[in-house]
Amino acid sequence: MKKRKLVARICADGYLGLVLALMYLPIFLIIVFSFSGTSRFTFSNGFTFDSYKTLFDPEQNAGLLDALKNTAILAVSASVISTVLGAFSTIGIFALGRRTKKVVLTVNQLPMINSEVVMAVSLMVFFATDFISVIFPQGMTRLIISHVAFCTPYVILSILPRLQRMDPNMYEAALDLGANPFVAMIKVVFPYIMPGIISGFAMAFTLSLDDFIITQFNKGDTGIETLSTYIYEDARVKSLEPFWFAVFSIFFVVMFTLLLLMNIKRTQKEMAK
Amino acid sequence: MKKFKFRFTRRAFAYPYMIFLLLFVVVPLVLILINAFLDESDKFTFQNFAEFFSDAGGGLTVLGNSLIIGLVTTLICLVIGYPCAYLLAKYHASNRVLVLLFILPMWVNFLIRTLSTKAIFMALDVPLGMGTVLFGMVYNYLPYMILPLHTTLVSIDHSYIEAAEDLGADKLTVLLKTVLPLSLPGIVSGITMTFIPAISTFAISEILSSSKIFLFGDAINMHFSKATNSFGVGSVMSLVMLVLVVVANVFVNLTSKDEEVKSVL
Repeated sequence: MKKRKLVARICADGYLGLVLALMYLPIFLIIVFSFSGTSRFTFSNGFTFDSYKTLFDPEQNAGLLDALKNTAILAVSASVISTVLGAFSTIGIFALGRRTKKVVLTVNQLPMINSEVVMAVSLMVFFATDFISVIFPQGMTRLIISHVAFCTPYVILSILPRLQRMDPNMYEAALDLGANPFVAMIKVVFPYIMPGIISGFAMAFTLSLDDFIITQFNKGDTGIETLSTYIYEDARVKSLEPFWFAVFSIFFVVMFTLLLLMNIKRTQKEMAK
Repeated sequence: MKKFKFRFTRRAFAYPYMIFLLLFVVVPLVLILINAFLDESDKFTFQNFAEFFSDAGGGLTVLGNSLIIGLVTTLICLVIGYPCAYLLAKYHASNRVLVLLFILPMWVNFLIRTLSTKAIFMALDVPLGMGTVLFGMVYNYLPYMILPLHTTLVSIDHSYIEAAEDLGADKLTVLLKTVLPLSLPGIVSGITMTFIPAISTFAISEILSSSKIFLFGDAINMHFSKATNSFGVGSVMSLVMLVLVVVANVFVNLTSKDEEVKSVL
């Protein structure tokens, strides 16, 4: 009986290992062959850092650096705006009457459940109307607005559960002890919902960073490219050059180390408790 | 009197966002609805619908193809993903890093992953087509299937499983009659999280089939591009997509409500 359990366990781990291996194989191959200096997946040139050297070639990296800059500006502004907007709105929505609250929360869900393409084209059509196109000129403004539009719902939904769990007496007590509503909000409500605000911010930041479809439709002809749209424009037409092997490898390694470290740290903290 | 005043001020925090939602979420969708009934010179017409549903327009063929590819992708993801989520919950529930490894690829830009797989397929001389598109889709959406499944499977109260075993159920029966029904909300949410993006994405099929396979997202993209400029038909397609989204979410809500009832009983 014990033996059968062991066999089952080995089969289970084998299956999990196989799926993981398949999931990570493409990433692994890109990293290995980023040291080949070619994009043909052979080491015919031997082991070299040629692909990484192209990173420092100003002719090759100009577009990429520009895209990285735009991505950073967009992700930071969109996530900060949607976090601030989301935090205040959640408190407001929570205080709304039952019916209005239900309507607002349903509309709030639309950007989350809607297919990205539909959201993207609807915003594009909206920005193209005569009146609106004058108020919101093409370029970063439109991109920030559309990113705020699809990020804020996630911020609100990550704060709302905490607000619902909060004891309403805490706020009332602050008022009774002489705080005005504004001070009570800053000193009592905000600290309590802070974990929700932080996870909402993190979610908004990653969503904005990763977005391709909404940016692609709303970037207009101003030549603004984010990382996603630049990769799409450059690497889709030509085949993948050694330059991209190096860029992708760096991304993989940085992303994975960051995420793993963050989670290992969190696990350790929980264990310490 | 004072209390009334403070409630009023708190509510006011929601007003800017309500205007924002109206302006940037509701109005754009209404514009799509209006556009679907306008011809090129902005006159009222049913022509766009006629073109989409006619054989010559090819709209239905694209829709059919996308639905098939979406269904197959979702099915493969479920068949591969459910055992993963189940085994993870059974043997490695406390191992957060291992669970994380399964959903990590979600955070790597999907274009990077898709282009990497394409480069490998090309190096191996695998002809780009239906097979490679399906691989890319499954590769891309598997984490989105595993994540909700894992969340529900981990949260299943273990006493249900023990009760079933005490009442004489063998392992297969426990799995089919206890675990599977209890994880239904996770299955439904996993299915919507894969199916909706899979039929409406436009880059994956384009990249992994060298533009040979044309899906619903590609079609919407094409109709709204400057070259074709047929916003009307594109709007009709967006409306069809919107209907699919609403139907999918009605299903999600139905199953999660069921679950609440069950847990109360």
